[in-house]
Amino acid sequence: MRHLFLLFVFCILSCARNRGGVIIAGSTSVQPFIEKVAEHFMEENPGIVINVQGGGSTAGIQATLNRTCDIGSSSRNLKPEERGLKVILIALDGIAVILHKSSPIDDLTVEQVRGMFSGKIRSWKDLDGQNKAVIPVTREEGSGTRASFEDMIMGEEDISDACLVQDSNGAVREIIATTPQGVGYISVGLVDDREKAVAIGGVEPSLANLITEKYRFSRPFLLLLREEPTGNAKRFIEYVLSPEGQELLGQSGLIPANQVVVD
Amino acid sequence: MTFRIGPRTSQVIAYITLLLMTAITVIVLLFIIVYILKNGLGQLTLEFLTDSTREMGKEGGILPSILGTLFIALFAILIATPLGVGSAVYLVEYTKGGPIRRIISFGADCLAGVPSIIFGLFGFIFFVISMNLGWSILSGGLTLAVMILPTIIRTSEEAIKAVPHTYREISYSLGGGKLDTILRVVLPSALPGILTGVILGVGRAVGETAAVIFTAGSSLGLPTSVFSSTRTLAVHFYILAREGISMPKAYGTAAVLIIIILVINFIAYRLMHRFIARYY
Amino acid sequence: MKDKIAEKLLLFIALSAILSLLLITFFIFQQGIPLIFKAGLGNFFALKWAPTRGGFGILSMIVGSLMVTIGALAVGIPFGLAGAIFLAEFSSKTIQKTLKPIIELLAGIPSVVYGFIGIVILVPFIRETFGGPGFSVLAASVILGIMILPTIVSISYDALLAVPNTYREGSYALGATKWQTIVMVLLHAARSGIVAGIILGMGRAIGETMAVIMIAGNALKIPGSILDSVRTLTSTIALELGYAAGDHRAALFACGSILFLIIIVLNIIAIRITSRK
Repeated sequence: MRHLFLLFVFCILSCARNRGGVIIAGSTSVQPFIEKVAEHFMEENPGIVINVQGGGSTAGIQATLNRTCDIGSSSRNLKPEERGLKVILIALDGIAVILHKSSPIDDLTVEQVRGMFSGKIRSWKDLDGQNKAVIPVTREEGSGTRASFEDMIMGEEDISDACLVQDSNGAVREIIATTPQGVGYISVGLVDDREKAVAIGGVEPSLANLITEKYRFSRPFLLLLREEPTGNAKRFIEYVLSPEGQELLGQSGLIPANQVVVD
Repeated sequence: MTFRIGPRTSQVIAYITLLLMTAITVIVLLFIIVYILKNGLGQLTLEFLTDSTREMGKEGGILPSILGTLFIALFAILIATPLGVGSAVYLVEYTKGGPIRRIISFGADCLAGVPSIIFGLFGFIFFVISMNLGWSILSGGLTLAVMILPTIIRTSEEAIKAVPHTYREISYSLGGGKLDTILRVVLPSALPGILTGVILGVGRAVGETAAVIFTAGSSLGLPTSVFSSTRTLAVHFYILAREGISMPKAYGTAAVLIIIILVINFIAYRLMHRFIARYY
Repeated sequence: MKDKIAEKLLLFIALSAILSLLLITFFIFQQGIPLIFKAGLGNFFALKWAPTRGGFGILSMIVGSLMVTIGALAVGIPFGLAGAIFLAEFSSKTIQKTLKPIIELLAGIPSVVYGFIGIVILVPFIRETFGGPGFSVLAASVILGIMILPTIVSISYDALLAVPNTYREGSYALGATKWQTIVMVLLHAARSGIVAGIILGMGRAIGETMAVIMIAGNALKIPGSILDSVRTLTSTIALELGYAAGDHRAALFACGSILFLIIIVLNIIAIRITSRK
C-alpha cells in the first residue's frame, strides 16, 4: 500500500503544472475542423501537443475568460457582455437545411423551413404530397448553431417544443440520415452523401454561393484569446491563418477567412 | 359457470411463463454482447489498437482513448482503494454498531445510489472549476474515485468480515497488536475479496460516460501528463455512435469495451469464488 | 500508542464516503438552489424552458423522467421478478451458479452500449412498426427496463433465498403446490427485499443519462403517447451543460438538485426497508 502511495505522489509531482501543449476549447461546430488543422500542425511540429475540446461556444468563451483553456472557439459572435476577448475570424460556415436522401424536395422557402420548426407545418402533405408527419430535429438551448439558425431563419418565432433535440451537428445528421420524415440543420461542411442539403429560396448552399453571399445563411468561426498569444499558441494561430491552414479549412467545406470579402 | 384452473395446471403455466421470461432476459443479454462482438471483432487489428485517432475518429485507431481510460481508471483506484479499504477496516474492526457505524454505512449506501450525471456535475464544478484542475485525467480520476468508493467499501467489508475470528485470536495470542493483526493477518487473508471490489470498481470506471465527459473532456490527443484532457473509450464510443462519424470504428471501440468488461467480470467472479471456497 | 493513532486515522478515512456525499450535496445545491428562488417556484415548476431567455420551467422534464421511469419499471419488474423466482425456486444449483453471474454481467455493460443497441435496433424497429420518430418513451422504457433488470433480479433473489425453509415446508404440508407457496407465502415473506430492489432499480432508471439521451429524442413537449419523444431531467443536464453559462448553468444545477433530492429520498426509503429486519 505504501509503495502505491509513493508512486502516486511521484506521479503527481513529476507531472505537476506541466500542462503540456495548447488547449483549445469551445464550439462543437468548430471542433472537427480545428481538430483536422491541429493534426496537420502536430505532424509538422512534432513535440507540440494541441488538445482540442468540445463543450460549446458559451463554454469556450467562459473557458477563455477563466483560463481553463489557452484558445477558445466560438461559432457565433460574442454578446455585448462577453466582450473583452481578442477575436480572430478563421472561416465562415454555411448552415444547410438537410432532409433524408429519399425526399423528393430539393428546394424550400425560408417560410417553409420556419413553419416546420415553429410547428405550423406538421405534415409533408403541403410540401411533397406525402401525408406523413414532419419530424424536425433542432439543437439544444445555448448552441451557437441554434442561435445562428434562430437569427437567420426563425426571426421572431420560437422553435417548437415538439422538435427533437440533439447536442451536435453529427447527432442531428445521424437522425436525418436514418429518418425519412426528418428535417434538420447542420454545418454545410459536414453534409455527406447520406442526406441532402436543400436550396433555400432557390439558392444552393454551394461554396461559390457562400463566398458571394448569394446563400445568406452563414456564421463566423472564431478563435478567442484573452491576451496576445505567445509561444505555441501563437504558432498554432499563425498556422491556422497561413495559406496552408486556410486551404485545409477550405477543403473541409468552409469558406476560409482569407476568401471572405470584407466590405 | 366460471372456468377454474386447477392448482397443478396453474403450477405448470407459471413454470413455463417464468422459464420463458428468464430465457428472454438471458437471450437479450447474450444478444447484446454477441451483436457488438460480431460487428466489432473484425475491426480489431493491431493497427486499430495502437494507432492515434485521426479525423475525429473516422480514421486511425483508438490508442489515445485506451491510454486515457487506463490512466483514469488507475488514478481512480489508487485514490479509492486506500480510502475504501480503510473505511471497511474501521467498520469491521473498530465499530460495534452505534451511530458512527450507521452514519458511515448510510454514507456508503447513499453514495452508491447517486447517479453518474450528479457525479459529473459535482466533478465539473468542484474539480474542474473550483480547484482549477481543468478537464483532465486528474479531475476525471478524482470524480470516478468518489463514484467507485462505495463499491470498494462494501466488497472489502464483506471480505474482512469473512476472515475467521480464530485468525485474529492467534495473532493476539502471539503478542500482535491490533494494527499488526490487521496489517499482517486480516488484510492479507481478505486480499482476494478486496481485489474483487477493486476490479469491479475498475469495471465501473471503464464503462462510465456521464461522469467523465464533463470532467476529463473529450480531447483526442495522446495524454502526456495527469493534467492532459482525455477521451475515454466509453466517451469515444458515445461520440462515434451518436454523431455517426464511423460505424465500423464505433463497433470496434464497443467491442474493446465489451471485452474489457467481460474480462474484468470474469476475473472478479473467479477471485470471489476462490475466496468463498476458502472461508465459507 | 501506534494503535490509537491508527484508529483515529482510520476513523477519518472511514468518514470519506459520508464527507463526499456532503460535499456533493453542498456543491450541487449551492449552484442550483439560488436560481430556483431567483426564478420563483411558480416559474420553476412550469412548462417554459428557455434558460437563455429567462424561462426556467422544468415541469415537462420532471414528467418526462417519471414517464420513462414508470415505463422502465413496467418492463423491469415482471421480468426481474420472474427471473428471481425462477432462479431461486425452480432452478438447480448448477443453473443458479451459471445464470446469476450472467444476469449480473448485465449490470457491468456500459450504459452507452445499451443506448447504442437502442439506436441501431430498437428505434428503427419502433419507427417502422408503430410510426412516429422511433426516438420515444417506448424505446427509452424498454432499454431502461433491461438496464434495471440485474438490480431487481439480484436483490429479489437474495430476499427469496433468505426466506427460511420452514415456511416452504409448512406450506407444502398444508397441501399447497410450489406455485401457490411462492405466491401466497414466499413473495409475502420476501416483500421488503423485493420492494427495496424495485426502489433501487427505480433510482437507477431515473438517474440514467447517456442511454436516454441517445434514444429518447429529447423533445421538450410533454409526450402525448408512448411513441412520442421525451426529455428527462438527466438528459437536459447532459445536453446543455457544455453550452451553459450564468443562469443557464445554474438552472442545470437546479435540475441536478431536484434529481439529487429524488434519489436521496428513494435511497433512504430503500435503506430503511432493508435495515428494518
